[in-house]
Amino acid sequence: MTSFFVNGKPVQVDVDPATPLLWALRDSLEMTGTKFGCGMALCGACTVHLDGKAIRSCVAPLSRAEGKHVTTIEGLSANLTHPLQKAWIELDVPQCGYCQSGQIMSAAVLLAENPKPTDKDIDEAMGGNICRCGTYPRIRRAIHRAAQLAGEGRTR
Amino acid sequence: MSASAVVGRREFIRTGAAIGGGLLVSLHAPLAGRTSDALAAGEKDFALNAFVRIGTDESVTVISAHSEMGQGIYTSLPMLLNEELQADWMKIRVEAAPVDKVYNHPAFGMQITGGSTTSPAEWGRYRKMGAVARTMLVEAAARQWNVEASSCRVDEGVVIHGATGRRATYGSLASAAAQLTAPADVPLKPAKAFTLIGKPTRRLDTPSKTNGTAQFGLDVSVPGMLTAVVARPPVFGGKVAKFDANETLKVPGVKAVKEVPSGVAVIAERFWPAKIGRDKLTVDWDLGPNAALSTEQMLRDFTEMAKNPGTIAKKTGDPEAALKTAAKTITAEYDVPYLAHAMMEPLNCVVDLRADGCEIWTGTQFETVDRANAANAAGLPPEKVQIHTTLLGGGFGRRANPASDFVVEAVHVAKAAKAPVKVVWTREDDLKGGWYRPMWHDRFVAGLDASGNPVAWTHTIVGQSIMQGTLFEAYGIKDGVDSASVEGAADLLYGIPNLQVDLHTPKIGVPVQWWRSVGHSHTGFSVEAFLDEVAHAGGKDPYELRRTLLAKQPRMRAVLELAAQKANWGSKLPAGVGRGIATHFSFDSYVAQVVEASVEKNGAVRVHRVVCAVDCGTVINPDTVKAQMEGGIIFGLTAALKTEITLKDGRVQQDNFHDYQMLRIFESPEIEVHIVPSSENPTGVGEPGVPPVAPALANAIFAVTGKRIHRLPIRASDLAQEGAKS
Repeated sequence: MTSFFVNGKPVQVDVDPATPLLWALRDSLEMTGTKFGCGMALCGACTVHLDGKAIRSCVAPLSRAEGKHVTTIEGLSANLTHPLQKAWIELDVPQCGYCQSGQIMSAAVLLAENPKPTDKDIDEAMGGNICRCGTYPRIRRAIHRAAQLAGEGRTR
Repeated sequence: MSASAVVGRREFIRTGAAIGGGLLVSLHAPLAGRTSDALAAGEKDFALNAFVRIGTDESVTVISAHSEMGQGIYTSLPMLLNEELQADWMKIRVEAAPVDKVYNHPAFGMQITGGSTTSPAEWGRYRKMGAVARTMLVEAAARQWNVEASSCRVDEGVVIHGATGRRATYGSLASAAAQLTAPADVPLKPAKAFTLIGKPTRRLDTPSKTNGTAQFGLDVSVPGMLTAVVARPPVFGGKVAKFDANETLKVPGVKAVKEVPSGVAVIAERFWPAKIGRDKLTVDWDLGPNAALSTEQMLRDFTEMAKNPGTIAKKTGDPEAALKTAAKTITAEYDVPYLAHAMMEPLNCVVDLRADGCEIWTGTQFETVDRANAANAAGLPPEKVQIHTTLLGGGFGRRANPASDFVVEAVHVAKAAKAPVKVVWTREDDLKGGWYRPMWHDRFVAGLDASGNPVAWTHTIVGQSIMQGTLFEAYGIKDGVDSASVEGAADLLYGIPNLQVDLHTPKIGVPVQWWRSVGHSHTGFSVEAFLDEVAHAGGKDPYELRRTLLAKQPRMRAVLELAAQKANWGSKLPAGVGRGIATHFSFDSYVAQVVEASVEKNGAVRVHRVVCAVDCGTVINPDTVKAQMEGGIIFGLTAALKTEITLKDGRVQQDNFHDYQMLRIFESPEIEVHIVPSSENPTGVGEPGVPPVAPALANAIFAVTGKRIHRLPIRASDLAQEGAKS
């Protein structure tokens, strides 16, 4: 039994603790917002936060989450009010949308650590997230826009 | 738009009866089959025709006959319908259509999404269905008020009688309107009266794609469902000889291991035990006839074949004679590899098979075909099989499989599992699973006159047929030529008086399929790269030569000029940066692109900027056109710079995204898209952005290095300066 927190709520999962966190979230907790893309930490579709750090949940064993706080796309905001969600909607970033949970979760850590990222910062932080539809130019613009929205939020 | 495309009242009543039990249609598809944007229909939901329902809560549900795979059709189709319906846009929801002939593609006669055809094909029907529904709502109000329908108008979901000021909402009228006879013919708005078409409109599916609620096939769960992965043969056409499942069956959570026609299925409670179970499985394979296949050998074979002309696909003038008398001739050959679609959502399919019927949940582009193939595999009549189309985590053609490979296999696994089952493909399964863009070899000879203008052009193509042996053969293969093999070559827009395009179609045991832009993905590259060589050989500016040769093609010429102007063609660039240009006509759309790129000492290519101009007729949602061009360019750059599927000893050598690499954000150029205003009917948008970018990049690389690119993907080793480490 592995006990941890998902989006602030305590959860217990009774599967092999070597199971990747991704599959515990998807198959045991039925939280399907976190996506499977490669299973080798190569594409970033499965990105979640573990105690505030971005991790690839497809290669993180469930045991690593024991006692810790996991944030998934479902927990980013209750009602689409996170600056990244607002910016993503404003600029219509997604196409198929499958990779976007991971893109947004990677971007959320970037903005938390670096409220005014440059293009280079974005390239470095987002380089592990693949988008086959090619939404990269919009992702870049939306991260800058989210930084601006977050800044406005802080000064109000 | 033909009259047959318009669904009559009688026909949709039948459809309603088939799926909802009568005129009052309440499509309570299982929640799993819905997108989050199409939340459960209200208790009172009235179908005005097969394409729109109106609820007493004022909700407007547009039924999409086409799949949403990122191309924005879940927004564009409602825009078309609501241009005429004139409901409150904020009340619009979208729902995937069930499989029914009423939702057949107006041109193809089956329910499919592909060929960049949705907007062109539905341009008439969805507006017509909106107009029919509006007319019925107005008629219902007029009857209630005992006034002439012609004295009423509508405004954002409200019918208004001007003389008396009476108002009734669509929701309050829906029940009465649904009882009326649909008008046979309704006039449609002229373009100048459009209020929605042509206006940048936010996608309806974006919110659900930013909070994890968007439901893809892989997210579907049904009660009692098991999860399976399948061990498939390491060589195409291989078969199971025998297998040992002892170790697999020891994995906690594994329920069963069963042989199916495509391999051995490991069926478990969840994905992870299934995957671990498959890792522990021992299978002896009968490899079959393809165990010696080698792409290196194919490359040599194709090159040899191209030395002689193949089956004639197109002949104009007398190219042979013109080449003999030409002042100068040049020859070049180009190669492109097999490519996997590599959608971010790996293939998957949920099947609930019972004795009396079969329900399927999957992201597919091919409902009619999949239903027929699934019914065949299940031993049921097609009408007993229903497909719930989910959102597609990318399609690019892979989810339009003529054999319905991923659906049929899941039916067989469900049969073996004797329970509802979800079959999941891993990334490795996806990349090794075949159905690739074919490998192609293109050989050209051009003859130039004394002024350097091309007067003769021969193009020999070698590559597998996509349509051979499929139900599309009769439609797509004429006189031994698969139209998908020669598209973009045989319909060349450039005015070259003596032209021949011919085709060799080798039969090879690697399954091939349409891949975003299909044949244009090789002809766009080879034709435009070669034309650049022709321009250089004739001492012409590559832009000016194209302009001259497009004298009789005003739409392409305008696109070319716009791209060149926006890119400042001819202006000075920073040292080390080269500029290349290309055009391509595909899916009835005209696209030109200018690429700015540089090459580092080690041969690494950096793409700085892409300027794209497009004429796709009337634009429905301008932001979607831009997004599709951006996406097409990045998709095309991935093919130009990164990916190839190779085979050795019959085995695919690529495994995952470490050796089948996608372009990433730090490699992604600045992209500008310019749309040529047009009042022509809409043409394709999803694919036409792909073909021109590889040749424009190759031509930019030549401009800066003097080296020609003859093979994709572009290899740093071919471009590295002597002595530099690659």
